Amino acid sequence: MAMARQSLLHRLPPVSVMIAFLILAVMLVLVIFAPMIAPMDPRDVSSYSLMDMEIPPAFMDGGDPRFLLGTDNQGRDLVSVILFGLRISVLIGIGAVLFAAALGVMLGLVAGYFGGVVDSVVMRIADVLVSFPTILVALLISGIARAQLGTDMVLTWAPVILIFAISVNEWVQYARTVRASTMVEVSRDYVRAAKVIGLPSGRIMVRHILPNVMSSVMVIATINLAGAILTEATLSFLGAGMPPTYPSLGTLIRIGNQFLFSGLWWIAVMPAAVLVILVLAVNVVGDYLRDRFNPKLMAR
Amino acid sequence: MTKTKPPVLDIRNLRVEYPLATGDVLVAVKDIDLVIQPGEIHALVGESGAGKTTVGNALMGLLQAPGKIVSGSIDIAGKPIDLRTGRTEGIVPGRDVGAIFQDPMTSLNPLFTVQDQLCEGMLTHLKISAREARARALDLMKAVGIPEPERRLGSYPHQLSGGQRQRVVIATALACDPQLIVADEPTTALDVSVQAQILKLIRDLADQRGVGVLLVTHNMGVVAEIADRVTIMQNGAVVESGPAREVLTAPKAPYARTLIAAVPPIDTRLERLPVPSEETKVTLEARDAVRRNNKKGNAERSDEVVLDVRNLCVEYGKGSLIPGRKTSVFKAVKSVSFNVKRGEIFGLVGESGCGKTTVANTIAGLVTQSSGDIDFQGNSLGGHRARSVRQSLQMVFQDPYSALNPRLRINNAIAEPILFYKLASNGAEARQDAKTLLETVGLPGDAGLRFAHAFSGGQRQRIAIARALGPRPSMLICDEPTSALDVSVQAQLLNLLKDLRDLAGLSMLFISHDLAVIRQMCDRIAVMKSGEIVELADTETLFTAPKHDYTRELLRLAPSLERILERERASA
Amino acid sequence: MIRLLSVRLLQAILVMVAVTAIAFIMFRFVGDPVASMVREGATQAEKDALRAALGLDRSIPVQFVHFVGQVLTGNLGTSFRYQQPVTDLLLNRLPATLELVVVATVLSLAIGIPLGVLSALKPHALLSRLTQSATLVGISMPTFVTGLLLILVFAVNLRWLPSSGRGDLVDLGLWQTGFLTLSGLKSLILPSITLALFQLTLIMRLVRSEMIDVLSSDYIRFAFARGLPKSYIYSKLALRNALMPVVTVTGLQIGQLIAFAIVTETVFQWPGMGLLFTNAVGYPDIPVLSAYLLFVGFLFVFINMIVDILYTFIDPRLRTK
Repeated sequence: MAMARQSLLHRLPPVSVMIAFLILAVMLVLVIFAPMIAPMDPRDVSSYSLMDMEIPPAFMDGGDPRFLLGTDNQGRDLVSVILFGLRISVLIGIGAVLFAAALGVMLGLVAGYFGGVVDSVVMRIADVLVSFPTILVALLISGIARAQLGTDMVLTWAPVILIFAISVNEWVQYARTVRASTMVEVSRDYVRAAKVIGLPSGRIMVRHILPNVMSSVMVIATINLAGAILTEATLSFLGAGMPPTYPSLGTLIRIGNQFLFSGLWWIAVMPAAVLVILVLAVNVVGDYLRDRFNPKLMAR
Repeated sequence: MTKTKPPVLDIRNLRVEYPLATGDVLVAVKDIDLVIQPGEIHALVGESGAGKTTVGNALMGLLQAPGKIVSGSIDIAGKPIDLRTGRTEGIVPGRDVGAIFQDPMTSLNPLFTVQDQLCEGMLTHLKISAREARARALDLMKAVGIPEPERRLGSYPHQLSGGQRQRVVIATALACDPQLIVADEPTTALDVSVQAQILKLIRDLADQRGVGVLLVTHNMGVVAEIADRVTIMQNGAVVESGPAREVLTAPKAPYARTLIAAVPPIDTRLERLPVPSEETKVTLEARDAVRRNNKKGNAERSDEVVLDVRNLCVEYGKGSLIPGRKTSVFKAVKSVSFNVKRGEIFGLVGESGCGKTTVANTIAGLVTQSSGDIDFQGNSLGGHRARSVRQSLQMVFQDPYSALNPRLRINNAIAEPILFYKLASNGAEARQDAKTLLETVGLPGDAGLRFAHAFSGGQRQRIAIARALGPRPSMLICDEPTSALDVSVQAQLLNLLKDLRDLAGLSMLFISHDLAVIRQMCDRIAVMKSGEIVELADTETLFTAPKHDYTRELLRLAPSLERILERERASA
Repeated sequence: MIRLLSVRLLQAILVMVAVTAIAFIMFRFVGDPVASMVREGATQAEKDALRAALGLDRSIPVQFVHFVGQVLTGNLGTSFRYQQPVTDLLLNRLPATLELVVVATVLSLAIGIPLGVLSALKPHALLSRLTQSATLVGISMPTFVTGLLLILVFAVNLRWLPSSGRGDLVDLGLWQTGFLTLSGLKSLILPSITLALFQLTLIMRLVRSEMIDVLSSDYIRFAFARGLPKSYIYSKLALRNALMPVVTVTGLQIGQLIAFAIVTETVFQWPGMGLLFTNAVGYPDIPVLSAYLLFVGFLFVFINMIVDILYTFIDPRLRTK
C-alpha cells in the first residue's frame, strides 16, 4: 500500500538504533586509532610492571585513577589490553564476514541463475555443511591445523586460520539467501527481457541481479558479523583461537576466568562487557536493517 | 418479491480516510451512497485505486489501520453498523454478511479439511450441534454444485481444482444464511469457462435465496453477465449509478463513457479503440524519427513468411535420481505448427495451461524445444542463437511491475540493448535514442531520468515496449501485454502497439486469453487447447464462422458487454 | 510419500558417506598417528610394526573399507590421550550430555513458545516489550559469558549452586543419572539455563515472526470476515500453522545445542562429550575428533529424517496427492 511505504520513508530510525549506531562508530574509531589512544602498549613489556598487578577498577575501593578498569595479573592496564583485544576481535570478525560473503554471494548467484546440476551440487554441499554447527567445524579445523602444521605455524597464522574456520560454514547463509533472491529475480520479467535481448549470463548476473539482492546481503552481513565475533570469542575462550600473545576479547576472558574465584572478577568481566556491548550494538543495527529492508514492505 | 423488507445494504455519505505520515490525508472513499435490495446483484466497478475494495472492507469491518471511517452510515438489513467497531447489535460478519475473496487458494486454510472450514462458521454463529452442522455442510456442497459432495467434505483445499475451491468459498459465505454477500473479484483468478459457471452460480443463489450481492470488480464483462445494477467509482467518488443495462449501453458521465468505450468489443473489429488520442507534437516528431530509422522498408505487409514454426514440441520432465531418465513427462506443447507473415499480427489464444505462453517462450529462446523446427527470417532457431537473430526478435511481457529493473534509471535500461548491439557509438548517443523511443511511446523524454517505481502500470509497459524497440527488431512477441492493466489503459496500449506496427515495420506474435482483445489486434488467429492448435483462421472467419467446438465454446462463454442485451432479450 | 522418504534416505546415506570419508581422512592423514601413539624413543622397527598392526601400510581404498567396517562394528579407534577405545569414552559421557540437552530443550520450548506467541499477539504489552529487548541481549551474549556471569553470581558470590561437575550420580547400569539426587539436580540448574538461553531467544523470535506472518495471511483474514471468535482464530488456526516451521527448526537446532553444549560443558566442567571434544582439540586427539564428527553427522542425518517424517504427518499437503 502506498500509505505504508510513505510512512516508512519518513520515519527516522528509533532512538535505540541510533544509539547502537553511535556505539559502533565510536568503537570503529577506537579500533582504528587504538595504538594512539591506549594509555599504554600491552605489547611493550617495559611499559607495565608487576608492581601494579591486580588493582581493581578506578571506581572501586583500592582503585587507581591511572587504571580506569583495573589491571590484570601481570600489571597491564585493562583499558589498553581491551582496546587491542577489541581491535583483534573486530578485525577477525570483519575478515570472516568479507570472506564468507564473497564466497557465498558468488556461489548463490551462480546456483540461483543456472539452476539444474550446478544448483544441486552447491546446495547439497551447503546442506551438509550447515548441518554441522559453526563452532564444531571451526574447532575441528583448528584441531586439524594444530596437528598438521605444528604449534608455531598455528601461532603465526592464527588470524587467517580463524577467519577460514569461521567462514567455511558461514558462506552457506549468504549462498542460500542470494540463491533464493536470485531465483525470484530470474523469474521476474526484466531478467527474462534481458535474456531475450541477448545479454550474456555473466552480465545479467552482475549488472542486473546482484544490485537487487545486495540489500538482503547487507542485512545478513550485519547479523553475521555479530555471529562471527561471537564464534571467534568462543573459540578463543576454548583455547582454540587467538593466543595470549595476541589476545582477542575471548582470549582475555579465558585468562580472566582463572581469577574469578579469587575475587578478581574485573579481569574477566570487563572484556566480557565490552564484547557484549559490541555484539549487542551490531545486532540492534542488524535487526533494524532487516525490518527496514523487508521485501514485504518495500515498494514494488 | 418482498417490498416491505429493508434493503440488505444501505450506505449513505460514507467517507473513508487514511492519514499519511506526512500529515496529509488520503480520502479513499468520498461520500458515497449505495443501496442494495434483497436478491439484487449490485456491481461496484472502477479501475485500480477507485476505492471499490475499500468500500467492501469497510462494511465488513476489515479496514486496515490507519484507515478509518470518518463519516456516513452503513445499514445492513436495516440495522446500522457501529462505525468504530464495524459491528452492530444483531449483525455479525460471517453470519449476516458473507465474503468471497479473489484467490480461493489463499482464502482457505491448507491444513484443515473442507468440512472443518464449512462447519467452523456455523458452529460459532448458529446454535446447532456438530451433526446438524455437517448435514448443512453437505447441503451447501450440493447447492454450490460440487460433484461427489460426501467425499469432498473430507478433502483438503489443495486437492480441489480452482473452480471447486471457489465454490467451497461461496459455500462458506452462505453457511449461516447471510442477507448480504460481498464478492471481491470472485472470478478474476479463474479460467473463462469456470468463470462462467461461478457467475451463474452466484446469480442463481441470489435469485433463489434472496441474498443481496455486492460484486466488486473491474471487469465489465462480468458486470454485463450478472449484475442488476451498477455503480461506477473513480478516485473514491461515485461517477454514475443505475440499472446495468442503462449504464452499460448509454452511460451519461464522461468518465463512465470513456470507461465503457475502452472495453474492447468482441463482436466487431475496430481500427482503433475509441479512447482519447495521445498524439502530441513531441510524440509525432519522435515517431517520424523512428519511421526514418527503419531503412529496412519492411513497413509493408506481404505474404513473405517471417516466422515459421513446424511441429514444435516442448516437454517438461521431472528428473529422477538417475540422470537422463525422466520419471514423469508433461507435454506442454504437442506438435504446434503455424507461421507469421511480414507485417501481420498473429494471435495465439487459449485458456491457462493451453501452452500458448510456452510457445512464446520457446520462440523467444527462454525455453528449449524438445523437437520441431523454428525458422526466423531464414535462420533456424535452436538452443544457441546468433546475435543478429536475437537482436531481431524481441519480447514484451505480462507483468509491468516486474518488467523493469528497479535499480536502473529508465534511460539506461532502454539504452543498454542499444549499446549492446552497437546501434549507437557511445552512452550519450544511446541515451538520446532512448529519449526518442520514450517519446514515441507517448512518455515525456525526461522520464528517462527517473526510476521504475515512479511510474504506473501502463507507463511501465510503455517503457518495456520502448526498450524492446531499441535493438530495432523486425518481430515483437507480446505475451499478455495488457492483461494486468486497467481497461482504459489497455485500450491506449493496444492502439499504441498497432501504431508501432506500422511505424517500425514490425510483425507480431500476440498472446492473450481475452478473445475481445485478440479480435481487435490480430489478423490471423490460432486457438490452443492442451498444447495443440485446434483451429487456425483469419480473424473474421474465426469469429463469425468458427469450425471447432472448442472455439465455439470459448466464444459462447466469453464475457462481453453485448451480453447485457442478450439477457434483456432472454428475460423479456 | 514413499518416494519422498526413499529420496531422503538416499540423500542421508550420501551425506553419511561424505562425512565418513572426511573422518577417515582426518584419522589417517592428519598428523602422524604412529608418532602420537608410540612412546618416546621407539625404534624404527617398532614404528613399522605398529604401522603394520594398524593396517597403515595397505592401500588407501582398502584402508577406507577397513575403516568403514570398523565404524559399523562400533570400533572408533583408540584415543591418543587416554589410550582407551573412543567408543567407550563417548558412551561413557553420553548420559551427561543428553541429560543436559534434554533439560535445556524442554526449558527453552516451554518458555520460548508462549512468550513468542504473546509478543506476536500483543506487541505493545509490557511483557512483550521486555522480552523483545531481552531476546536482543540474549543473542548478543555468548554462551560462555552467560555461564561465567551465572557462576559469578550464584556460585562465587551467593554460593547457592555449584560451579562445576555433576554432583552425586545414581548408577542405573548403563546410565548414570543426576536426576535422582539433590546435588545432581542442583548441578544441572546453571548449565541448563546457560544452554537454554541462546536456544530460547531463537525460538521466541522464530515463533513471533511466524505468528506475525500467519496472522497477515489471507485465510486468517477470511476467518475474521466470517466472524469467528478471536481466541479461536489465534489458538486453533494461527498457532497450528505457525508451529510447523518451529518443529523443523527445533529439530535442526539440536545441532546447535550440541555445539553450545561443548562450550557450556567446558565452562562448567561438565563431564560430557563436549568437554571431551574440547580437550581433544587442544591435545590434539585425532581419533576422538574424527569419532565426534561421525557421531554428530549420524545424529544430524537421523534427526533430519525424523523431522521430515513428522512434517508429513503435520502438513496434509505432503500426505495426500
